[in-house]
Amino acid sequence: MKEITRRDFIKLSSAGLVGAAIASPVLNFVPGFLKQDYTPPLESELTKTPTVCDVCFWKCAGWVWKDKKGNIVKVTGNHLDPHSNGHLCPRGTGGLGYYYDPDRLKKPLIRVGKPGSQKFKEATWDEAFDYIVEKMKDIESKYGRESMALFLHGTTGPHFEYLWEAWGSQTYAEPAIAQCLVTREVGFIATYGQGLSSPEPTDTRNTKCLVLIGNHIGENMHNGHVQEMSAAIDRGATIITVDPRFSTAAAHSTYWLPIKPGTDIALLLAWMHVLIYEDLYDKDYVQKYTYGFDLLKQHVKNFTPEWAAKITTLDAGMIRKTAREMAKAAPSVLIHPGRHTAWYGDDTQRERAMAILVALLGSWGRRGGYYFSEKVELPKYPHPPFPEPRWSWKTITKDKFKYAISGVTNVLVDHSLPEYDGPYKIKGWFLVATNPLQSLPQQEKTIRALQNQELVVVVDILPTEITGYADVILPEASYLERYDFIRNSRHRQPNLALRMPAVDPKGDSKPGWWIARELGIRLGLEKYYPWKTIEEVLDWQLRQVGTSLEEMKQVGVKYFDRKTPLYLPEGIDWPFNTNTGKIELYSTDLAAMGYDPMPVYKKHDDPPAGYYRLIYGRVPMHTFGRTVNNPYLNELRSENHLWVNPTVAKILGLENGQEVWLENQDGKVSTFPVKVRITERIRPDSVFLPHGFGNKSKLLHRAYGRGALDTELISKVNVDPITGSTGMRVNFVKILTTNPHNS
Amino acid sequence: MAVDTKKCVGCGDCVVACQTENNVPFGYARDWIVEIATGRYPDTIKVHFESRRCHHCDDAPCVRVCPTGASHIVEGGIVLVTHEECIGCGACIEACPYEARYFHPDGYVDKCTFCVHRVSNGQDPACVSVCPTYCLIFGDLDDPESPISKVLKERDYYTLAPDAGTKPQLYFLK
Repeated sequence: MKEITRRDFIKLSSAGLVGAAIASPVLNFVPGFLKQDYTPPLESELTKTPTVCDVCFWKCAGWVWKDKKGNIVKVTGNHLDPHSNGHLCPRGTGGLGYYYDPDRLKKPLIRVGKPGSQKFKEATWDEAFDYIVEKMKDIESKYGRESMALFLHGTTGPHFEYLWEAWGSQTYAEPAIAQCLVTREVGFIATYGQGLSSPEPTDTRNTKCLVLIGNHIGENMHNGHVQEMSAAIDRGATIITVDPRFSTAAAHSTYWLPIKPGTDIALLLAWMHVLIYEDLYDKDYVQKYTYGFDLLKQHVKNFTPEWAAKITTLDAGMIRKTAREMAKAAPSVLIHPGRHTAWYGDDTQRERAMAILVALLGSWGRRGGYYFSEKVELPKYPHPPFPEPRWSWKTITKDKFKYAISGVTNVLVDHSLPEYDGPYKIKGWFLVATNPLQSLPQQEKTIRALQNQELVVVVDILPTEITGYADVILPEASYLERYDFIRNSRHRQPNLALRMPAVDPKGDSKPGWWIARELGIRLGLEKYYPWKTIEEVLDWQLRQVGTSLEEMKQVGVKYFDRKTPLYLPEGIDWPFNTNTGKIELYSTDLAAMGYDPMPVYKKHDDPPAGYYRLIYGRVPMHTFGRTVNNPYLNELRSENHLWVNPTVAKILGLENGQEVWLENQDGKVSTFPVKVRITERIRPDSVFLPHGFGNKSKLLHRAYGRGALDTELISKVNVDPITGSTGMRVNFVKILTTNPHNS
Repeated sequence: MAVDTKKCVGCGDCVVACQTENNVPFGYARDWIVEIATGRYPDTIKVHFESRRCHHCDDAPCVRVCPTGASHIVEGGIVLVTHEECIGCGACIEACPYEARYFHPDGYVDKCTFCVHRVSNGQDPACVSVCPTYCLIFGDLDDPESPISKVLKERDYYTLAPDAGTKPQLYFLK
């Protein structure tokens, strides 16, 4: 008998969602302004408003175009913008689908009846806030403010981070860290004394040799990088792609190294070996800027290409050849750091190996390698000091993961479980623009943590799966309907970009800044909110650097002068922010913390007989699970497919388009079937499943039940001991041809 | 128009841009992506993407078969359909070797216009203007100095279904 749980996935039933606006299940939705014999308007007939795209984290600046009736007709890139250069990716071009999506949340909703009931009622904002404030204060009195955790993502997150700090809790984390890029940041911090941030300062457009380690540019549409890879192709750059899958990037590459998954460190060590023992490394650079070369030389002595060939299944000659290609192009060679690097649990060390290779090639701070990015020194709006929490994310993280640089979601989950009986309990979850049922591995654990909370609040645009677990759902305005903080990201030239509302929010949805401020005031935090609207904050900030909100509304993007050099200046002893002041080939930080000071290859488990390694990744028209319901992007790809090598298909008797289910090593089975795609583009020991499909929310009419969700099958993680990041490519699946849910 | 297959990643931005620019109804498309994969894992495999649309043929069979003159070629070589004159007989859809035309739910045949409303104002077609890989090149083939004329002189290219004899004007750069 299945235990009745307190919360369950949100269900579509009129009894369940009392009075809430349930969209009619019209899949071929048509925007209201579509009429017969549509004549495309000239841009001279339209008005434009500046925006910063929020469909992914690349934050491209653009323009929202409206017709005379005030309908949004399209979104395009801002030609001044270095993130987009005036060209948005398909998700940005289709961003207006967020606004028009009839499935959007339109009213605050409060769970009614007993815990576990699936009934929500529409509420006013006052009612919703009253409910939240009462529960937050209750949690405060019973456990302390620190026991309210914030899970955040995206550009609306900072408004709530500010609220949390003002309220006195620093119990927060985002999946963009421990499930994505933290190992890369720490790998480079340990080596160069600084991380890479976003957009990564990779000088792709000027490179002579681009090296991609499992980085599928072109399937991840990191816009600026995609554009610069095109520029590199135009310039005839050599491209070396290491990937178990023949990715789109591999298709455009000079060399493809179809590596055995989980063996990248062996390849990287062998490349170091070739550079050092064939005397191909940049001696002047290494001597001038680095620490620990002799130790590294000794360390990689036995890591020959022949040694690595056995481990990686690559050809030793090809390992040598590609190392020589890099050396030939050096220092104009770019070992790209990648972004989602939470793979095998030794990911900081893999990124360290990449960072060391960069140093041997002398390409850090060099044209065609890594440039030094810079951002505008934009003052924060003044506020009273924040109260010091009694404990924070650091208290519960840094003892275990000594090099963690911000909150670790999975640690917060552990402290939210019923079996946790220590002093740092988490009893309330506030979730902003993130759906941990897709973004965190070990779904069962996430659900148990959710069910152990006394308050769950979700702020989102759409009724994603996580809203089914919420006590209160707060509908947020889309990025096309709201202001946010100024985009101030690092780039070749410092620049600012403005997002402002092009149209009024639909229904009763509200901007994130407004939601956070209103909640803050009701929590008695008026002194942190002396301003009434965010325009006051933005205008004050902009005036500190010599511009204004009015000017930014006209231009969208504005440039500022650099204060530091773009590349390593010749002839001076450049100080690096490490213990030794040098680029650390041997990491003194890692040594002091008790970790391997230089990367070591450790063998990972192979799939058992009949199982295949589950590799997940991206499709270029979607951002994780956030966009599958977007009517424009759903048109491009409404479901994922399971990539299977023809040899495997033959053994299992699979046909193209056949529906299958997946079962992993722990007996976890995919809820929905997924169609097989038989392709030579994948190794026979692995299968590939694009992430973000197989949505379980029935309120997302276009996304519900389409394809399979990799997260359901990631019940095992290898946790990176340095950062706490969850390595997720360690799961194996078998392919089921009959529906396991029928038995 | 030329499509540089060395750069296209098949992201579909051209498709969405066309849809929003021209309000193409959901479920239909004037342009689309085809993935071409050949060879075997791991040594001989090759993949490229083609962003496809109407080929705006110089000898367009759709124009020849149209009984009402709705399908026609305008100055500059763009093939268009006058919606008011189209009776929806579908002869052009049958005649097109590229499957570039579809029945619009409002009762006429529709297809890519090379964004004639934009190009006549000196802008690129919407698909070209958004492409994040800069793989689409549009211009005047009669002008030897235009970027498209130059690229077709410098690079190897192919056209689709050349045997159909339609003199297609969509080129795929190798």
